[in-house]
Amino acid sequence: MERVVYLDNNATTMVAPEVVDAMLPYLSGKYGNPSSIHSFGGDVGADIAQAREKIARFVGADHDYEIVITGSGTESDNLAILGSIAYYKDKRHIITSRVEHPAVISLCKKLERDGYRITYVPVDAKGNLDLAYLKESVDDDTAIVSIMYANNETGVIFPVEEIGEFLKEKGIPFHVDAVQAAGKIPIDVNKINCRLLTISGHKFHAPKGIGALYVRRGTRLRPVLYGGHQEKGRRPGTENVAGIIGMAKAAELAMEHLANIDEMKRLRDKLEEGLLSAFKNASLNGDKEKRVPNTSNIGFEFIEGEAILLYLDAKGIAASSGSACSSGSLEPSHVLRAMGVPFTSAHGSIRFSLSRYTTEEEIDYTLKTMPEIVNRLLTISPYWDNEKQEGKPINL
Amino acid sequence: MWDYTDKVKELYTNPKNVGKIDDADVVAEVGSIVCGDALKLYLKIDDNDIITDAKFETFGCGSAIASSSALTEMIVGKNVKEVEKITNQDIVKYLGGLPEEKMHCSVMGHEALEKALKQLKGEKVEDHVDEEGEIICHCFGVTDDLIRRVIRENNLKTVEDITNYTKAGGACGSCIPKLEDILEEEAAKPASDKKKEETKKPLTNIRRMQLVEETITNVIRPILQEDRGDIELVDIDGKNVYVALRGSCSNCMVSNVTLKNLVEAKLREYVENDIVVHEIK
Ligand SMILES: Cc1ncc(COP(=O)(O)O)c(C=O)c1O
Ligand code: FES
Repeated sequence: MERVVYLDNNATTMVAPEVVDAMLPYLSGKYGNPSSIHSFGGDVGADIAQAREKIARFVGADHDYEIVITGSGTESDNLAILGSIAYYKDKRHIITSRVEHPAVISLCKKLERDGYRITYVPVDAKGNLDLAYLKESVDDDTAIVSIMYANNETGVIFPVEEIGEFLKEKGIPFHVDAVQAAGKIPIDVNKINCRLLTISGHKFHAPKGIGALYVRRGTRLRPVLYGGHQEKGRRPGTENVAGIIGMAKAAELAMEHLANIDEMKRLRDKLEEGLLSAFKNASLNGDKEKRVPNTSNIGFEFIEGEAILLYLDAKGIAASSGSACSSGSLEPSHVLRAMGVPFTSAHGSIRFSLSRYTTEEEIDYTLKTMPEIVNRLLTISPYWDNEKQEGKPINL
Repeated sequence: MWDYTDKVKELYTNPKNVGKIDDADVVAEVGSIVCGDALKLYLKIDDNDIITDAKFETFGCGSAIASSSALTEMIVGKNVKEVEKITNQDIVKYLGGLPEEKMHCSVMGHEALEKALKQLKGEKVEDHVDEEGEIICHCFGVTDDLIRRVIRENNLKTVEDITNYTKAGGACGSCIPKLEDILEEEAAKPASDKKKEETKKPLTNIRRMQLVEETITNVIRPILQEDRGDIELVDIDGKNVYVALRGSCSNCMVSNVTLKNLVEAKLREYVENDIVVHEIK
């Protein structure tokens, strides 16, 4: 296929060319083990130390030893939650939200089967977290609260600073899954007042399979893996050196780019407004204001998401959907369901997610291509009246 | 991404026979927008029982569109008698295969055809419930009859198979025990008879209480807890069971069963078929 118009950056991103360049030496000549005594390895150790500093700066950490390198966002999420509850053994209650990533939700479901009490904080129709519900749920038995910074499907930003302040007073550990915030909005662990915070390299133009967990100084955390002394024993295993160097470079670039983030927002808004005004059957999923600037989740009523994606794919456009069919789960996305998005549009929801590499030309091409696809599927749909050009009444 | 065959890709990209027939002899609709796929089939049939035209409208994914197109292509020009023999497997064959998780799309095509043919014969077809037996999976409105037929026609062995072919069991999962029972029954009929006899024997009060408690603890509570709900047994008076319920079947998107109905259904299944559940608020 020719060049794709890649509008699926919440799934993963292109590795930035500068990141590739930074990594290459460590995939060839500089293959030393950072733990070695000889300088061939030791030099690599020094490079990792530098990289760690950059990652610390990216999340606003005070000390570079507060950064624990992991193998993914999923691993960081697991380490944060499992590591905390392993320390506070007598506390058996965990608070999270109904719209977390599976990395958190599936783990909580498992812990629930193991006898933990889990509170899944609900969201409203716009995907905003019910903060009062969260506050009321906290009790003496609460071991940890894990809430995402920004939602991967809708982009909606949660009030993590307010939660952090509230929990700090109570002395309850707070973990923030910031995977979808990193690179899209500035992250400052001291403003959030969290003890733990997760990022994942491949969401901000580093490669896949590298992540980090910020662990505030003094935080009690037991390791999940046991082995050598790497990462101060908190996550042993010989380092993914190239990955770490790459993630640090990507973090540096992302911070620079935050200065021009308005351009990304402008393109996102152009796409969104264009689609919403072009189609009677389209509506926005998620809060229009409190959102990361790259994400737009649009529900198309009366047509099905996977079919839209396949037709888009044929036109060289990559996006994703919360429809049941595209996930293979038979049910539409748990996020849209938690928001109470009606089935008539949940099955037809499409998520467009931009990156700093997205161009105006690509947005224009997408705007030009969508009508053909949507109208074609509406013509096929039994729920669309082709003469009247409106949805038919549906008896559920 | 799904591993679709070239035929499937060809047919969802350029589906044949899209649209409706205004003077159709029969129109059959299956599925629903809630479940994520639906198919409306229009047939025109001449005096010699030949299907002269078939058209469809589909709400659904790529394989649903392809299955619908395939179905219409397979039946146009054929005699109704011949068409009656088509199964979902024939649709799958025509498509050169479907991913396991998408088998239900072929079943939907076949269901629409079957419904249309029944209507043609003047058999009154009412939606789901009355005509095709008890609804087993409430999330997707899948009936006992459909599940059994699909098991037989496709030689299904596991609950996952049933889910792939009919969707039943794919949402809240509360129907899975029933699906297991059906699989067992289909595999060996005598086993089912034994079970029915057992439940028909009148129970002593003590035994009934024990069974109610066991069923609530081992069967009902786990289901509700999956969905953040819970249940408390308050009292048992003869066949009247009093319970307090918490939470909602939030995962079960279409669930037209209330929690009370679920509890009652389970108790009737496992204990006695005339148990009455009362909810204490
Ligand atoms: C919010 C959120 N958390 C965690 C993850 C998991 O990250 P990874 O893919 O690195 O395991 C993702 C990625 O999909 C995500 O969007
Ligand atoms: S999945 Fe069958 S009843 Fe919910």
